[in-house]
Parts: sequence; structure tokens; C-alpha cells
Amino acid sequence: MEAGTAMERRSVGHRLAGLFHGRPRLQAGALLAGPVGWLVVGYLGSLAVLLIAAFWTVSPLSGELTRSLSLENFETLFNEPVYRDVIWRTVRIAALVTVTDAILAFPIAFYMAKLASRRGKAILIVAVLLPLWSSYLVKVYAWRTMLSSGGIINWALEPFGLHGPGFGLTAVWLVMSYLWLPYMILPIYAGLERIPDSLISASEDLGASPFTTFRRVILPLAFPAVVAGSIFTFSLTLGDFITPRLVSNSQFIGTVVFNNFVTNLPLASALALVPIVVMIAYLLVARKLGAFEHI
Amino acid sequence: MRTQDKHSGRTAWLVIAGLLAFMLLIAGCGSSDNSSTGKELTKVGKGEGSLSLISWAGYVESEWTKPFEQKTGCKVSDKIAGTSDEMVQLMRTGQYDGVSASGNASARLVEGGDVDPVNVSLVPNYETIFSELKDQPYNTFDGVHYGIPHGRGANLLMWNTNDVKPAPTSWDVVLDPKKAAKYKGRISAYDDPIYIADASVYLKAHQPDLGIENPYELNEEQFEAAIDLLKEQRPNVGEYWSEAAKQISAFANEDVEVGTTWQYQYFELLGGGKPVAASPASQGFLPKEGATGWSDTWMISSQAKHPNCMYMWMDWIVSPKINAEVAQFFGEAPAQSLACEQTAEKDFCTKYHAENPAFWKRVYFWETPVSDCGNGSEDCKNYNDWLNAWTAIKG
Repeated sequence: MEAGTAMERRSVGHRLAGLFHGRPRLQAGALLAGPVGWLVVGYLGSLAVLLIAAFWTVSPLSGELTRSLSLENFETLFNEPVYRDVIWRTVRIAALVTVTDAILAFPIAFYMAKLASRRGKAILIVAVLLPLWSSYLVKVYAWRTMLSSGGIINWALEPFGLHGPGFGLTAVWLVMSYLWLPYMILPIYAGLERIPDSLISASEDLGASPFTTFRRVILPLAFPAVVAGSIFTFSLTLGDFITPRLVSNSQFIGTVVFNNFVTNLPLASALALVPIVVMIAYLLVARKLGAFEHI
Repeated sequence: MRTQDKHSGRTAWLVIAGLLAFMLLIAGCGSSDNSSTGKELTKVGKGEGSLSLISWAGYVESEWTKPFEQKTGCKVSDKIAGTSDEMVQLMRTGQYDGVSASGNASARLVEGGDVDPVNVSLVPNYETIFSELKDQPYNTFDGVHYGIPHGRGANLLMWNTNDVKPAPTSWDVVLDPKKAAKYKGRISAYDDPIYIADASVYLKAHQPDLGIENPYELNEEQFEAAIDLLKEQRPNVGEYWSEAAKQISAFANEDVEVGTTWQYQYFELLGGGKPVAASPASQGFLPKEGATGWSDTWMISSQAKHPNCMYMWMDWIVSPKINAEVAQFFGEAPAQSLACEQTAEKDFCTKYHAENPAFWKRVYFWETPVSDCGNGSEDCKNYNDWLNAWTAIKG
């Protein structure tokens, strides 16, 4: 009995192998069908639904959707000053977080890639990755506790007669910069790692000061990596809605989407398209700057 | 290089074409009819063996679900929702038999056909429910009953007793721009469009010339006045809270000192030894303007798979002994008049004003704002206007 099924299985396997033999396209197709299907249905599909929903309208009371094309939601977004304020605030914070993270990440990544011993490098990589192992919510709540008026930041500043930032836009900037820093360090580290040490030595041999070497050799070579890292920090800030809710009273694109998606899904969809459009523009610029050349 | 570009160009077009096809597919099969069947049960039969509910935290606890399961054989599973919006969203999935809806959800559920009328003659305990809870705009629509009242309470004004002196007796401490400025950055406000009603309750008392009668039926002028008041309040607000836990942590860490709250947070903070006081439970009074409040209703889903169990549940939850238990657990006035004889705490109903209709005259239970002003005029602001205004207020 057992032997029979094993034989059968083997023969099915053989037949399958025969089917694929010498048909490279079929091989590739079978290999990719799953992941591509997932990508198209799960990922692009949901984006497509989002895109369509943005053109629908909703009955305020029954929640019944009117499934006909209308530009009403986009008109609302355009005409109500509050949405422009929200979009502008979100983009501004995203840019600020990106710049902050780039400035913080570069020296760390440089030390990791060029200066640290093998052991030191391993320790640093773990240290950078470690925060990613704990829950996002735990980290934001920890910041909420630290920033609160009875929190550790105020306690530490009190002897100097100073006050912490409290909750607000500054807090959002701080927390986001903290949260997304590893996403900036890792690409820059990878980028710097690829720069041969010989180039740096050559620059020194030719009499360039360390600063000139940094400016003329290292920075241009590492810049695409910085841009690649900035894609993460920028887009993650653009879409986040939990941090602003927990450490500020300000509305961001994400919080407005969150507050509207039950009652007015079409408006929420229209607003959710904004970060997508911003990111497409950002990616086009990033491509021009060479961020994808080594991917 | 060129051929590669051409190739990737073709791939891009293929992806776009595929996306378009997918969109059309979605648009084509997307129209579903969710109108109410309007059916009403005529007889409660044998239980279906299980029951799935959506409720506020503290409404469905094992203390009273266990005996219910033993008695009826209906096994209870409960999904706790944090906001009325979430309740509406969950009910629209059609996966649940019933919900403990507040007034700012009930009209939306009825209008959306998500709930069915309730035949109150099949709920024996309905008879003795306080009469002022019956036939209310948040549970009865066009004379048709859509649910069984569960209990009621007022939204409280809570403050930190160390920082806020003397004890406030009016909402002006958070809403009058001059008085609220004293607590700039230390005011706690509810993060929900329905908070606009708190402003209109205040305006009803302080600006009678606006002619506000029902704080949920606002015409253009009244609505604008309420919005302006809240926009003025905004710079003074330390934190808008939407989850109870968020407000508890803000009061506990003294990030905020005064604002609107529910019994739940108040009890939690008191239990944690925090220096807070609130109206009315602590002192038996409402702020002088009155207050917004909630009166919750058990409603049955139009797609209920276990309608018999749901009817048995609706009767069970308002049976005198159980309703007393529920009310004491949560800290609210029971809906069942006979529950007052069953409370473990003897003066519970007195403390919570359960039998004092005069008290509730000044509590404006949450309703869903609709265009119909109730006086023949159709120019009142509806929930969508409230929602958009709330986004604008927060800026």
C-alpha cells in the first residue's frame, strides 16, 4: 500500500518534471505565479480599490456608497484649508525627520563601515537592529511617558531650570526621528561599505585634507545610499498615524484618514492618495539622484 | 540599453492594463444591496447554541454570561469596540448578532439597514424598563422599536483637585475662552465629532439668543457658533482623548488637569489614588448647564444568524438582577426599574439618579445628527458635516 502511493507520487513527480523540462518560460512562470499573484491581488489590488473608492461618495447616515465617479472628495481636499494645512504639516515633518536622521545616521554608519573593528561592527549592527525587535507601540508609549510633564525628560532638565518639549509637533519630530533612524543607518552603512578603502587612501596620497576627501570622494559615492535611506524615513513618516495621536494634538494625513475611514471611506481614500502621489514624485527624484543604481 | 528600456516600458504597460482590468472587476461586482429586510421575529424559538455580540467594555462580563449560557445554551462571544464608529463598522460586516449601540451609532445602523426592528412583546422584561427610556429618538424610529435600553449615564466633568480650585460647577472652566486660558495646555477634550454637542449644551445655557433646543439638531448659525467656541478652545487643549487609557495616563501624569470624561476613567483614577474629583457621581450634581450623556441600546443585526439567542440575551441583560449587576459593574444608572431593589449597594440607584427623571432632563443623550431638524425644516447639520467640522476644528 505504502509502496504503491510512493510509486504513484514518484511518477506524478516525474511527470511534472517532464512537463517542465526544457520549458524555461513555464519554469519561470510556475516559480513566479505565487509571489506575483500576491503582489498584484494583495498589494496592487488594494491600491486599485483605494483609487476607485476615492471617486465614490457616501451617504452620511446609512454609510451607503454611491459607486459613480465624482470629483467631490478631491474638491473637498482642495477647497478646505484644513486639508492643505494637514498635508503641508505632514510633508514638512517628514522632510525634517529625514534630514535629522541623515545627519545622525551618517557618522554612525561611517564608523561602522570604515573605522570599527570586526567585533565593534557586529556590536553596532546589533545595537542598530535591536530597537526593531521591540514593538512599535511600546516604543511610542515609552516616549509618551518620557515626554509627559511628570516624565524623565522634565525631571532631568529641571535642575537647569529648563522644560522638555511636552507633547506637540516637536515631540512628533523627536519620536519619528528615533523610530526610523535604523532605516537610515543600514542603507548608508551598506553604501559606505561598498566604497573601496583604496579610494580614500588615494585621495589622501594626492594631498587632500580629510574634509576634502569626505566632500569630494565619500559623500558623492555615498549620496545614493542616503537617498535610498531617505525613502524609508520619508515614506514611513508620511504614513504614520499612531505617533501623532499619542504625542501630539496635531492632525497628520494618517490621523485624518484614520478618523474618516469608517464614516467617509471615499474621502479617506482620496486623502490616502496624497502620500502616494508625493512618494511617486519623491521616487522619481530619487531615481534621478541614482538611489536605485545599486539595487 | 535601448532594448531594455523598451522591454521595461512594455512591462509597465502590462501592469497598468492589469490594474485597470482589476479595477473594473471591483467596480463591477461592488454594488451590494444592504437594505433592511424589516422583518421582526414573532416568536422566540429554541436557541441556536451561540451568540456573537459587539459591546462597550464592561457590558458583557463572565459574571452574567456564564449563567446566561447555562440557562439558554447560547454560547456568548463578545467583541469589544472602543468607539461608536468602530461599532458601526463592525456591524456592517454582518458577522454579529447584536450590538450595545449608543445614540450616535443607532440612527446610522437603522438607516444603513444593519439592524432589524425589535418585537418588544418578545422581551418580557421590557415592560418594567423606565418609561423615559422608551420611545426615544435613539432607539425608536418612525414609531418602530429598534432595541432594548441597557442603561444610561452622563459625561462627567473631571478635574485634578490639587490644581483646579475652587471645584468647578460649570463647563465654562473648559469652554469659556477667558476662564479656560487659566488651564492653557492642561485641558482634556473628547476626540470625536460628537464633542461638538458639548459646546452646544454650553451655548444653549450661555447664549440663549441662539435658540438651541436640541444640541444635536443645529442649524447653520448654531453650528457655526459651536465650532467657533471649539476653535477658541483648541489652543487651551492639552490633549484630545479617544481611548480611555490615553486619558487615564494623561491625568495620572498630570499632563492634563480638567476635562470631560466617563465613569470608567474616573473610577480607574480614583482607584489608583489620584487626586481627581468629578461631577456628578462624587457630588451628586451636573455642571450647571447640564451635560451630554449616553443611553445605550441593545440592537439586533439584520443579518443575525442566532436571532433567538439574541432575543433571549436582550431579555436577560435587562432582567432585574442582571441589570443591577451590570449597572454596578460599569457605574451607570440601570434601565430596569426593578433593578433598584436588587443592587448590592443599597443606595446605588439614588446615587446614580436612576429613579429621578428630573435629573435626566438636563442630560442630553448622544444622538446621530441628521438633516431633519424635527420641526419640518431640513437644514440641520448632519453627521457628515459634524465629522468634517471636527477635522477643521482640530486644524
